[in-house]
Amino acid sequence: MEPARTYPARRDDVRLLVVDPAAGAPGAPGALRELRTGALPSLLAPGDLLVVNDAATLPASLLGRDEAGNAVEARLIGAEGDGTFQAVLFGAGDWHLRTEDRPPPSPASLALGTRLFFGDGELVVVVGKSRPPSHRLVDLAFELAGDALWGALYRAGRPVSYSYLTEALPLWAVQTVYAARPWAFEMPSAGRSLSWEILLALRRRGVGWASLTHAAGLSATGDPAIDAALPLPEHFEIPAATVTAIEETHARGGRVVAAGTTVVRALEGSSAATGAPRAGGGETDLHIETGYRPRVVDGILTGIHATPETHFALLGAFAPRDLLVAALAAAEASGFLSHELGDAMLILPGAIGPGRPAVR
Amino acid sequence: MELNRLTALVTGGSRGLGQALGEALAAAGARVVLVAQHAEPLRAVVAAIRARGGEAHAVVADVAELAAAHAIAGQAAALVGPVDLLVNNASTLGPVPLRLLLDTECEDLSRALEVNLVGPFRLTKALAGSMVLRGHGTIVNISSDAAVEPYERWGAYGASKAALDHLTRIWAAELAGTGVRIFSVDPGEMNTRMHAEAMPEADPATLAAPAWVAAGILALIGEPGGAPSGTRVVVASLAPQMRGSG
Repeated sequence: MEPARTYPARRDDVRLLVVDPAAGAPGAPGALRELRTGALPSLLAPGDLLVVNDAATLPASLLGRDEAGNAVEARLIGAEGDGTFQAVLFGAGDWHLRTEDRPPPSPASLALGTRLFFGDGELVVVVGKSRPPSHRLVDLAFELAGDALWGALYRAGRPVSYSYLTEALPLWAVQTVYAARPWAFEMPSAGRSLSWEILLALRRRGVGWASLTHAAGLSATGDPAIDAALPLPEHFEIPAATVTAIEETHARGGRVVAAGTTVVRALEGSSAATGAPRAGGGETDLHIETGYRPRVVDGILTGIHATPETHFALLGAFAPRDLLVAALAAAEASGFLSHELGDAMLILPGAIGPGRPAVR
Repeated sequence: MELNRLTALVTGGSRGLGQALGEALAAAGARVVLVAQHAEPLRAVVAAIRARGGEAHAVVADVAELAAAHAIAGQAAALVGPVDLLVNNASTLGPVPLRLLLDTECEDLSRALEVNLVGPFRLTKALAGSMVLRGHGTIVNISSDAAVEPYERWGAYGASKAALDHLTRIWAAELAGTGVRIFSVDPGEMNTRMHAEAMPEADPATLAAPAWVAAGILALIGEPGGAPSGTRVVVASLAPQMRGSG
């Protein structure tokens, strides 16, 4: 499938493939339908709840040099909150090259205690220990703190961009319309197609919104060991109001729809212990994949993922594999665009089929 | 709106009304992010607030720059969390002494619109969505009586502020029912550097102190049942006793 090479003219007017796992077999009428994202309000029902990830996207790509002058790129992938970040280091080059084609960083860039210089040199980090599963995954301690750190990071950093794009992504293009704290290292892209036109129409229809914040990490690094381990453990925070809204939604038979896999990870990760999400912060290493039975999330708004394997792995928890295969084939035949800036998919029982199934 | 622990972002924070608002908000317990173009005076204001036990942070940026809005919003939210209060205070007169419209360079009108109108629009767009999602928030656009009165030689500035006032009204209409309020505030004539540049002949004793105007704006923000969203609030009429000797 072709990736979208630039952002759409209107964020809320991209193609939407609706997949209804409650409609029966893949060939059943009403199992698949092609619409546009502007139709989202009509696909959810009064009493449903849409949960979004309100993390703003950081300028997580830092280009610079090590002490020996070797070119290095750090892509931030996690934060400890004390000025220490985890990052994946790359050698020469930038986003124009596919990550798997990037030369690895110089061993000098990875030496414990060495310093890296980003931007015009104002942003300096000390390289800390490597973390499993790769020597390229390192702790970085910034020498600045507070407003000086954040100012330098926003001056030196650029959003992570992708080799299939025609131009680098500006900061605005990787933000959702409700972005708040900058916790995401790559855009939580499922929320991209939500505009206020859509969100306010949902509310008028009686569909609730709720938010959480999830520190989405990198989607791919080109390092086979790291990529096999992705997603790494990620921080999240769920407001008490969101937990209440989810309880009320299920109590009245409504559906909880997650805008993106990061929302699924936060809600299901938070529910791992007790079966229900808890308010507050946490970290999850949950991998959602085929066979996982979601405890909280009934449906998902998502993108068209890069490869069939990733697509099935992420979405197998929400629809049977044969339906996902049919959905992907339909999307491909219709010329849907994939990847971060591409078209959208809604997997929701009862989205199309006649009558809504009883949920729980 | 409870000011204690409120998260606030104020542009034009290195002097004048912006500085006074930053100081007053921090003194009331708010967590304040101040934005200004020049680092040194801004850092001095922030340091002074911290020295008095308040919480303040500096973000160095030009609100007129296309790329600035999300960088400002991101830094602010990283420093204090999701922003509850945005005050679009930064503004420019353009070149002084002020000129007749027939003598105003087109670039100077464009610059006034970028700083006084488009910048506030971009920053509001970057921050108000999160406020709507959370169901609360307040935005204050600092206006001027030049937005209403056709003063000669105030064309670029006055037109930009009139447009800002109308933008406020439309924001308010579109945000009705979301819990997010937006006001235009006419602070009146204040004893500031900007006023001195525009009207060097004015007697400072006849002008309001920025701190007194800031107190009036805090009263407006803190009063939940106060002026309806979209209102153009004239500080002098809100609290006439605040018009002082400066």
